[in-house]
Amino acid sequence: MRAIAENLFTNETPPRLIGGRDRETGRIVFPCPEGGQYEAVPLASEGTLWSFTVQRFRPKSPPYAGPEAFAPWIVAYVELPGQVIVEARLVDVAFEDVTIGMPVRFTQAPLDPEAPDSVMIPAFAPIGDKA
Amino acid sequence: MSDVCIVGVGIHPFGRTDGVSGVDQGVHAARAALVDAGIEWPQIQFAYGSSDAAGNPDTMVDRLGLTGVQFINVRNGCAAGGSALFSAQMAIKSGEFDIGLAVGFDKHPRGAFDAKPAEYNLPDWYGDAGYMVTTQFFAAKIMRYMHMFGISRESLGRVAEKAFRNGARTPHAWRRQPVSLEEILEAPMVSDPYSKYMFCSPGEGGVALILASEKKARELGKPLIRLKAATMRTRPPHSFEVFAPSIDVVEDDSGPRGTASQIASADAFRMAGMGPGDIDVAQLQDTEAGAEIMHMAENGFCANGEQEQWLTEGRTEIGGALPVNTDGGCLACGEPIGASGLRQVYENVVQLRGDGGDRQVPGNPKTAYSHVYGAPGVSAVTILER
Repeated sequence: MRAIAENLFTNETPPRLIGGRDRETGRIVFPCPEGGQYEAVPLASEGTLWSFTVQRFRPKSPPYAGPEAFAPWIVAYVELPGQVIVEARLVDVAFEDVTIGMPVRFTQAPLDPEAPDSVMIPAFAPIGDKA
Repeated sequence: MSDVCIVGVGIHPFGRTDGVSGVDQGVHAARAALVDAGIEWPQIQFAYGSSDAAGNPDTMVDRLGLTGVQFINVRNGCAAGGSALFSAQMAIKSGEFDIGLAVGFDKHPRGAFDAKPAEYNLPDWYGDAGYMVTTQFFAAKIMRYMHMFGISRESLGRVAEKAFRNGARTPHAWRRQPVSLEEILEAPMVSDPYSKYMFCSPGEGGVALILASEKKARELGKPLIRLKAATMRTRPPHSFEVFAPSIDVVEDDSGPRGTASQIASADAFRMAGMGPGDIDVAQLQDTEAGAEIMHMAENGFCANGEQEQWLTEGRTEIGGALPVNTDGGCLACGEPIGASGLRQVYENVVQLRGDGGDRQVPGNPKTAYSHVYGAPGVSAVTILER
């Protein structure tokens, strides 16, 4: 499995997202910006859905690098308590079952679900009975 | 200090005009504004021009006349038109000039705006993964707002339905066919909860406004449409903006995040010495249906959540207590970025003069409000008074 970019995921099992903590203010952002102002910090693996939408049409390429054959996917904003709200895919859930506030857990998802060697992107999946 | 007045307005119809460049649409609008003001181009002492994607506004001197006039180009995202207007009124307020032009135009290719990660200081993977799509942000913002304040999807539909109904009555609008609420709600989804009728499209158009000192306006014998306030502001901390791979957590997240619009609005009301209840007609940025709903609250016209009742009761219709987007707004006119904010002011001048024809707000409106918002967190507001 290859990550879509370096320095997004920690090298552990299971991996976590890497955020950046501002060395002066403590503010956490994602992804971790380059340069000395931010230090890399692992982000919480569990959070709640802050908001979402469903991407119903294929985004323009470039820049979109997903498969030509398009199937809609969920754009999620997930609140990691006390840290930051991150944008990622929401997977393993039917569109009509998505609700703001639902608990979710970090995972990785293939950018192209049909390709065995697809790069992996940040994603979350529901915790509990909807998983 | 005496007020700055708007003494001439002109517009090139919005939509698609094949074979006419963006600059020429701006020239068309400028000529119309000169005729409206009853003056000739050589009398114009200065100009501010805004365009995002259709060339340099100052090149229009080639068409209008090589008088040597001062002409400054403005680029400021969706607030470009508002920024041109703000700059023009400052030039008069300063005492440097008596009369000048604020003009804006644009001509965008079909389809969604093209954005690249590097232009927004974002890593390439963010675009690879499919997130450089403005509609995602607008949809996620209203999704949370609906959840927090009990706004129904039907209300989104009502906003779009009103926009097309008003657009049908407006000569400069692009979409001039009414669309039923049912068709709007059942149309193909673009980005949940928004169907294709709930987003505006990038388009074309041009608008020109001629501003003058009060003394000059009296000399011209024009009805005095006073610019009581013009503000342009940027975002506060923790706001939620387009192309955000992350958003700050905040201690109390039970209300909407602060916005540039709130700041621009509050400052405009303060400068004008008025409150939201004093406004007779308003043009609020409606690049998507939910934006009009959220901007009703962000600009202080109602509390969060009250929009549901306002829309059900028709309070923002042309005959309602506070008519909003009387020319169909961005939803019916499209969004040529450089011209869009000035279109709102154009429409307000038309309404205050009583020249609105089929879309005229009844009861002799005396005050009018305009508001634009754009990426990444810029907003411009004006208040006019007759």
